[in-house]
Formats: sequence, C-alpha cells, structure tokens
Amino acid sequence: MLRRLQTQTTEMVLLAVSVAICLVLSLASDRFFTLVNLFDLANASAVNIIFAVGLLVVLIAGGIDISFAVAASVVQYLTALALAQIGGGGWVSGLLIAGSIGILLGAFNAFLIHRFRIISIVVTIATFNIYFGLLMFFTRGVSIYDLPDWWTGKVILFERQMADGNWAELRLPVLVMALCVFATWALIRHTTTGRQLYAFGDNPEGARRFGISVAAMQFIAFGWLGLMAGIGGLVQAHYAQEVVPNALYGRELDVLAAVVLGGARLGGGRGSVLGCVLGVLLVAIVQNGLNLLGASPYAFRMIIGVIILVAITLSNAQIGKLFATRSEGRAAP
Amino acid sequence: MATAQPGAAPAPRPLLSLSDVSVTFGGVTALKGVSFEVMPGEVHCLAGENGSGKSTLIKVITGVYRPDGEARISFDGEVYDQMTPVAAQAAGIRVIWQDLALFPEMSVAENIAFQEVVGGRPRRVDHGAMRETARKVLARLGTSLDLDLPLRDYSIARRQIVAIARALVGEAKIIFMDEPTASLTQAETSHLLAIVRTLSREGIAVVFVSHRLAEVIEIADRMTVLRDGRLVGVYPAREMTPSRITELMTGRTFDANVRARSHGTAPAVLAVEGLTRPGEFEDVSFVVRRGETLGITGLLGAGRTELALTLFGMRRPHAGTIRLDGKPVRFRSNRDAIRAGIAYLSEDRLSLGLIQPQSIADNLVIASLGKVMTGGLISQRRKQGLVARWVGELGIKIGRQEDAVSTLSGGNQQRVAIAKWLATDPRLLILDAPTVGVDVGARAGIFDIVARLAAEGLAIILISDELPEVYYNADRVLHMARGRIVGEYDPRSIALPELEAAVYA
Repeated sequence: MLRRLQTQTTEMVLLAVSVAICLVLSLASDRFFTLVNLFDLANASAVNIIFAVGLLVVLIAGGIDISFAVAASVVQYLTALALAQIGGGGWVSGLLIAGSIGILLGAFNAFLIHRFRIISIVVTIATFNIYFGLLMFFTRGVSIYDLPDWWTGKVILFERQMADGNWAELRLPVLVMALCVFATWALIRHTTTGRQLYAFGDNPEGARRFGISVAAMQFIAFGWLGLMAGIGGLVQAHYAQEVVPNALYGRELDVLAAVVLGGARLGGGRGSVLGCVLGVLLVAIVQNGLNLLGASPYAFRMIIGVIILVAITLSNAQIGKLFATRSEGRAAP
Repeated sequence: MATAQPGAAPAPRPLLSLSDVSVTFGGVTALKGVSFEVMPGEVHCLAGENGSGKSTLIKVITGVYRPDGEARISFDGEVYDQMTPVAAQAAGIRVIWQDLALFPEMSVAENIAFQEVVGGRPRRVDHGAMRETARKVLARLGTSLDLDLPLRDYSIARRQIVAIARALVGEAKIIFMDEPTASLTQAETSHLLAIVRTLSREGIAVVFVSHRLAEVIEIADRMTVLRDGRLVGVYPAREMTPSRITELMTGRTFDANVRARSHGTAPAVLAVEGLTRPGEFEDVSFVVRRGETLGITGLLGAGRTELALTLFGMRRPHAGTIRLDGKPVRFRSNRDAIRAGIAYLSEDRLSLGLIQPQSIADNLVIASLGKVMTGGLISQRRKQGLVARWVGELGIKIGRQEDAVSTLSGGNQQRVAIAKWLATDPRLLILDAPTVGVDVGARAGIFDIVARLAAEGLAIILISDELPEVYYNADRVLHMARGRIVGEYDPRSIALPELEAAVYA
C-alpha cells in the first residue's frame, strides 16, 4: 500500500487537495455538500471526463490534440443529419454513428501526423480551424433544436426528493462517463496495446526497436480520442437538449489543463485515468464552489490558472521528494 | 613449445559465423569483406573507432541491414540467407544498444519483461507474470531491484543492469553490448564485468563493443578489430596491450610519455582555499599555476564536476575562498566567471557543450559575442574572421562554417567546444571529461592542443575518470574521493599502476 502511495503521488495529492477544498466549501456554503449539488456536479462533469480520458490516451502516446472539442461539435451535427436520414434512430444507432464519425476525425489527425511527419500540436491546430470553419460555414452558426426525442429526453438513473422539495438526480451522462472511464482504464492499464502506447510515448525509438508500429500507435491514440469525442459530443447534446455549433469551442483547453493537472505529462509516457478524473473533478469543484460563493466567473479562470501552475511546478520535483523515502542507495546491488 | 597437435580434439563449432560481409549505403562502403566468428560462451570484443563498421556489423547480424551479395549468416547450426529482427530475436540474439532503449517512466518489471506485451494480437496484460519474469532474471544476475518503481528513479548503472536483464528474458544465446561502460564509473564497470563473466559461465556468448581498452583486455577471450569497414584481425585478448589495440584500431602508433613538468615558481593563476559545499565537497584547497595542467581524478560522484561548476560561478561555495591572480573573487553567475577569464568545457558535449543543430560558426562565437559585435549587431565579417582563426589554430576539419555542428565527428566537435572557450581569452581553462565520445585517434590530437595551450601560459584543470588521461597529460594529479582531496601525485615519480591502485583502492 505504501508502495502504491509512492508511485501514485500525483493522484494522492490531488485527492487530498480535492477533499480539503470540499471540506472548506462545505463549511463556507451550506448548499455545497448536498446530494442535489453533488449530483449536479457529476452530471455537469460527465462530458469533460469523457473528453479527458480520450485526451489522456493521446498525451500518454506523446501527442497532443487541440481539435477534439470542435470535432465533437462536427460529430453532433453530422449525427443529427444522419439520424434525420434514417428516421430518428435510437441510442445504439446514435452511439454507433457518433463514435464512427469521431474515430474518422481522429484518424484524419493521425494520418496527417504520420504521413507527413508533422508534430501533433501543429496538425491539430490546423484541423481545429478546418473543422470549426467548415462547421460554421455550413451551419451558418444555426443551432438545431429539433432532435429525436430519445436524444433529448432526460434519462434518470437515480433520484431522490430532498427535504426542501428539490429532486437530486443522477442522469445518463454519468453512466456513459463511467463506461468510458472504465474502458479507457482497461485499455491503457490492462491490454498489451495500452502498454505499447505508454512505451511509445516514453521512448518512441525504444518502442520501434521492439517492432511496435508507430502508425498503429498514432491511429489507436487519436482514434480513441476521436471515439471519446464522438460519444462526448452525443452526450453533450443530450445534456444540453440542443446542438449549438460553437457550444464546445474553447472546451479543449479546459480539458487539456485538467488532464495535465491530473499528472499526464506533455511529451508522453506518464498519466493515469484516476489522476485524469481527479483533475477534471478538482477543476469542477473549484468552479462549483466559486459559483455557490457568488464569485465572478473570471475569478474562476484566474484561480484555475494558478492551480495548474502550482500543480505542475510541484508535481515533478518537490512533491516527489517530500513523500519519497526511496533513494538510489537503498536498493540492494 | 608450439608443436603441432595432430590428435587434438576438433575445434568446437562457432555459435555465430559470418563470412565475406559487405554493406554499402548509396556508394559508401560501410563494411567490406568482413568475417566474424563467436564461440559459444565466449566473451568477444569488437574493437574499432567510430565509423569503423562495428554498429553496421551488429545491425547485419540482427537483420536490421541486409548485406550485399552472397554473404551468409550461420547461427547456432542454422544458416540464414536473410536475417530479420524477428528471426534474430527468436534465435536468441540480443543487443543492448548504447542508449539502452529503455522506458524511464515505466516500472522496472515492465522494462525487463516488455517483450511479453509486444507482438501477436492485442490481449490482456498479465502484470503478475511480468513481475515474476523480471524477478527471476534479476535473481539470475544476483541483483534485486524494486520492481514497481519507475526506471527514472534509478541511476545509469542500474538501468544498464535492467537492460541486461531485459536481454536475458527468453532464451538468449548471444548478447551484444554496445559501449556498455561509456557512462559508468570504474566501480560500476567492475560490477558489470562480473555480470558478463557470470553470463559467459552460463554458456551465453557476450560480444562487447567498447572504446575503453583496459577493461576490454581484462574481460575478453578474443578480440576482433575493425578499421574503416575492414577486418584488421582476430587476436587472443590476453596478448594485447592498450597501445597495441590503439595501433590496430587507428593504424598509427602513439607515444605514451608522461608530459608532466614542474611549475614551482610560476605565479598562481587560481588559488582555492577551504572551499566547501556541504554534501558535494569539503575543504578543498589547491593552486593552479601559469602554464600548468592540473589533473583532478576520482570516481563519478566524488565531487569533481560540482567543484568545477563552483569555480565557474554556477554554484556558490558555502565556505572558503577563490583567488584569481591573487585577488579574491566572488561570482554571482558564470557570466562573472567568464568575464574574469575562466572557461569551462562541460562534461556533456552533446546536450550542454554545443548546440548541435546550429552552425559551427554560431557555436564557436556564442561565448564571445562581444568581440564580433559592431554597433549592437553581429558583424558577419568579424565572426567569419574569428571562426577562421580558431578553426585554423586548432586544426578543426570542417566543410563550411555554416554546417551544423552535429555533422562533425566527436573529436572535431570537441575542438569546436574548446575553440568556443579559447575565443573568450581565458586565463584558466577547465576541461571536464574532454574525451568522452572522442575516438582514440582524435584524443591524442585534443591533448596535443591542451599541451600547446599550457605551453602558451594558460592554466588548465583537466578533470577525468580515465586515469591514463590525467596521468600522461597533467603536471600534477589530485585525487578526489567523497568530496575531499585525498591525494596528490606527480606522474614523474609514480607509475600508472601504482596510481591506479591508489585511486581504485
């Protein structure tokens, strides 16, 4: 157990900080630590967590992606059009269509990166602009409200009426999120493919010498993020009950910041699903708390910026040293 | 003595045998008609300068390169028309590359047993089985490491052991080690050599590719020497001496005479007294005189580099004084030190000493930009003049001044790095491990330059853990251990083996 604590310092620190903030918030606001609020927090964070675990896979493989959020918007539109064509569809066909389009958009990034040897940040900034430009051009910025009933209908997993008469509801996005988190965890932690992704992000040349296909790694990583973006897009439209072309614009940086806060290393090889989820939750909790305390939304942006700086400064060197009893001399020769 | 033995047992069959291997890359001949043979369980040394074809030969054996024409590889009784990396791996051929190709973020266990997650269909990873594999292999090497810690928590020496352990997974029959000791201290090297002997006793052949000549003689049964892509010969290692190997590798002879002279009355350029940085070095005092070369040796971690960085103003001493030409100095940064006339050639030329992708000219003037400026801008004319002067003075072989430094050989890169510092007109030049990654042949050239600079009056501190280097090239040798100076030797009054005994005791 102690060993586990040592190798997962980032996660443990995040957890401790989140718990501390929760404690402070529950003292500062009597509305924070209520089932209604906590369920709201979970419902509202679900889409970001779905995006985040997808992005985590790309970061682990040594890449970065700026385009996934607008890709998710593209997925929403195309899915809405496709569903209209087939006469409405349902969750299964919706997920299949959204997932497939998402994978295609992700694979397009991987193709550009691999085929033309362009670094991922440049490629995805380009596709970010291409996707968003095309979307705004063809939709003329018009939203779609006329979505199939199954898509916009509220699905409640669990509900309970509170003493004050409010209903606390845990909704469908949380279930989808849980499945995505579990699938990503299983992929990167427990499959050979996942370990190859880590190795490839850690030392691409070393991985290549083991006969790991560089192309396969790029396509799997960006394809997985595409899949998550597609699912996330579908769920976001479900949650918002509408498709707005620029609804997700700007979301990419929030998610990226949260994933990096969760211990994923820009440059590859490091990052965990737990850390990633905790990173998103920490940001969401801070935002939620500041809302409840009536702080300006700009204060939130500023505070998140500071948290990320502090976290990244501490995470590599200091925290490790504070907790570590491990030293080079200790291991027997 | 040497009589024919008609009744002797037939020679054992070689484990690996190649004959008449040639490799050309777009008209450039990398290997020409080379034969190579390794016996089972043999420790074989493959010696040659950079560019002599050692790596190419290994890549032919492991199927990375395909040799020209009819060359055949026979390994363990099978003849391969065409070796492939997969076939080589399956047949038990392993290579530990110089860069180790490890994954620093992954755990020790995964690094060792990584082969288990490669190849075949995607499947579930058996973390327990990987740990078990890793534990067994490490036990075979007589070592235990914490299997769950990420590799980045371990030193280079232990990573080396992890790389060897990785090579032993599965049925290894022959292991190639490419410059395995390049970044190890003497003590770590001894440990590595002990492991190599263990492997050899288990019947695993080890082919050692190394620059370091002394250890090669100590460990190997036989030695194959390559030069310019051709086979020079195969020799029993125990009949070799370092100078003989150098001769075979370079085709030239080098005189190894002690260069030490006395500088007893020359004025002191640098005088250090009681210099201390807790945990790094304690109470260090010495003097370097005009025209003198002071050698500082000791194992890695003895505090040599830390001391050098302090003299160069990059770290601040906690106690003690530094006097330059008799005046006490206190540097706030290395800019102060450079201005005061101290130059420091960093131990790591690749990442710290030179900016590899930039041009030779830009690298050369970077520490002395003040001299090539006119009116706040860099004068191309002055820059070219300065570069041309130093290129000529140090005999650096370059194409054009604008070529990237990375296009030069190790020896020429080191000359550019030295020139960069000489262009600052230093009074004291600190050379930290100046021959790492430099060919034997080019090393002599570097030391000729050092001797000439000293004769011109420059005070030089030469830091190296290659004892022969300081022994032959310094006027006095200081021995550092655990942050203290524990001995001072005059090369004229001590033999190299005695010095080695004193330092490695």
